[in-house]
Amino acid sequence: MDNNKNWIDQRFPLTKVWNEHLAEYYTPRNFNFWYFFGSLAMLVLVIQILTGIFLAMHFKPDAALAFASVEYIMRDVDWGWLIRYIHSTGASAFFIVIYLHMYRAMLYGSYKAPRELIWILGMVLYIALMAEAFMGYVLPWGQMSYWGAKVIINLFGSFPIVGELILEFILGDFAVGDPVLNRFFSLHVIAIPLILVILVFMHIVALHTVGSNNPDGVEIKKNKDANGIPKDGIPFHPYYSVKDIMGVVVFLMIFSAIVFFAPALGGYFLEAPNFVEANPLKTPDHIAPLWYLTPFYSVLRAIPPMFGSQLPGVLAMFAALLILVALPWLDRSKVKSIRYRSWPYKVALGIFVVSFIVLGWLGMQAVTPLYSLMAQIFTALYFAFFILMPWFTSIGKTKPVPERTTEH
Amino acid sequence: MKTLLNTTLSAMAAMVISFNANASGAGVHLEAANTDITDQASLQRGARSFMNNCSGCHSIELMRYNRIAKDLNISDADMANNLMFNAEKTGSLIFSSMPEDGAKEWFGTTPPDLSLTGRARGTNWIYTYLKGFYADETRPYGVNNHVLENASMPDILWKSKQDKSEKEFNQEVRDITNFLDYVSEPVKLIRVEIGFKVLGFLFILFILSYLLKQEYWKDVKYGKWRAKD
Repeated sequence: MDNNKNWIDQRFPLTKVWNEHLAEYYTPRNFNFWYFFGSLAMLVLVIQILTGIFLAMHFKPDAALAFASVEYIMRDVDWGWLIRYIHSTGASAFFIVIYLHMYRAMLYGSYKAPRELIWILGMVLYIALMAEAFMGYVLPWGQMSYWGAKVIINLFGSFPIVGELILEFILGDFAVGDPVLNRFFSLHVIAIPLILVILVFMHIVALHTVGSNNPDGVEIKKNKDANGIPKDGIPFHPYYSVKDIMGVVVFLMIFSAIVFFAPALGGYFLEAPNFVEANPLKTPDHIAPLWYLTPFYSVLRAIPPMFGSQLPGVLAMFAALLILVALPWLDRSKVKSIRYRSWPYKVALGIFVVSFIVLGWLGMQAVTPLYSLMAQIFTALYFAFFILMPWFTSIGKTKPVPERTTEH
Repeated sequence: MKTLLNTTLSAMAAMVISFNANASGAGVHLEAANTDITDQASLQRGARSFMNNCSGCHSIELMRYNRIAKDLNISDADMANNLMFNAEKTGSLIFSSMPEDGAKEWFGTTPPDLSLTGRARGTNWIYTYLKGFYADETRPYGVNNHVLENASMPDILWKSKQDKSEKEFNQEVRDITNFLDYVSEPVKLIRVEIGFKVLGFLFILFILSYLLKQEYWKDVKYGKWRAKD
């Protein structure tokens, strides 16, 4: 056995990688509930790739065949329905997990130095994931696939001068049709998943270089014992690997409950109008993207067209997304964790969470004057959180941060 | 910390407040269909009513005759002899017998395929629609519909409505609705049962994974990795 190991280790750093990233990767001992979502996000990525491989074997990326081929998977392919429901539920689960994962970073200041690059890589991952989900949603070629694609793609047409050109470039045509479906299929099954996997790899390499943050926001590497092991660190494997397995099982229970008992989840995970085949001549009463994109869709709709152009709304939407990248530099607080932050930050974070959820909800509703006004107010609050952050993170009294992690 | 967690979770839960996104009958009150997909007799009656009343004009072309036979416990022979008016093989997809250009001439439109109406419109919509016909001399077939204004479809169930008691008629409509719900997602018949088995398995796995975690984490609480100084 040992000889075998040597043989491999002489040719590939197997033991070194195993130790550096698992058996001797020292992780803070005080991780709580919020720390399950990183490993869960990786689990969902693997689930999506595996189910996606089998779906792609039966799906037809052709405007005339796509819709029926999805129902063929649902009816005639052995266990096709299960694979399809796992994939469609996985898409929403991915965003639930990612939103909780990002919120964890905001709770404990995980984006602050020295972890800015982990946050930026994570943000790029998040944007890539949105593109992946959007393109995947177009593939079943239902009414919402078609009209959702039309609304979103047309946004790119609002750029002055080059708008038309960009639009034609994306569409490969003058309207949403077969070329879009075909190229979205290609991007959805190979280009973006490849980017996602590479970014996840970089996200983890960056994390393991600086080490994990924790609910106390204490740098465990500052307190090492005689052997150079952080006093508050425990090896990731086996301690967090067994803990994460438990988290995985709980996650799978909730996930399975949705897959088997309510795969459409009342229209949130699979929208009812998407069970009608795409029809370019029949606009649905109400077009809304799936729930995970609606906060940004709300921002888009909140900004009225100016000079006959939708551009301001489009720019606001992209700004709402990209401003998150600046978080590490907007936050001026001396402390990382919400446990020791001053009260203004706690209030602001609360308002931010409420704004994000309300914007998400509004994005699913048809526009009324009241809802438009609400969307404008909550869009203002959303941006205020970031613009005022340098101010409210530098006022108020923070609590003293302990030297070592605390037991809870 | 606990309160923070609670508020966050309840805020997230508020996003998933239940509302019926299927209710697309804008403004019209939909009656509760009260269908029960586990009621096999109802599904069989629904299949018969559908084939007799609806399949002349409406296809369910994502469905096969023998799939229905298998799922609803109807023998292939019974299926072929009594319910197949329009196909030679039990493995065929269920197309309507109406030619498309004829449909355009007779009804002004092609009758829609009903394979997924159960999911796109919901059972309450189908139930209320089928019961929602009223006399209107301005329409080509003398009827209009409360749910779908200016529907091109004639009141195909008028004979049943006339001959049967209200209760019997409601049941017939409910059976058709139930059948269409089944057709829109055939796997609905089995997925819930499989789901309970999967959850049972995962529950046992959870107990084991919890015990495994507790066993290892003794090291962190009392053993090798106990917090020092």
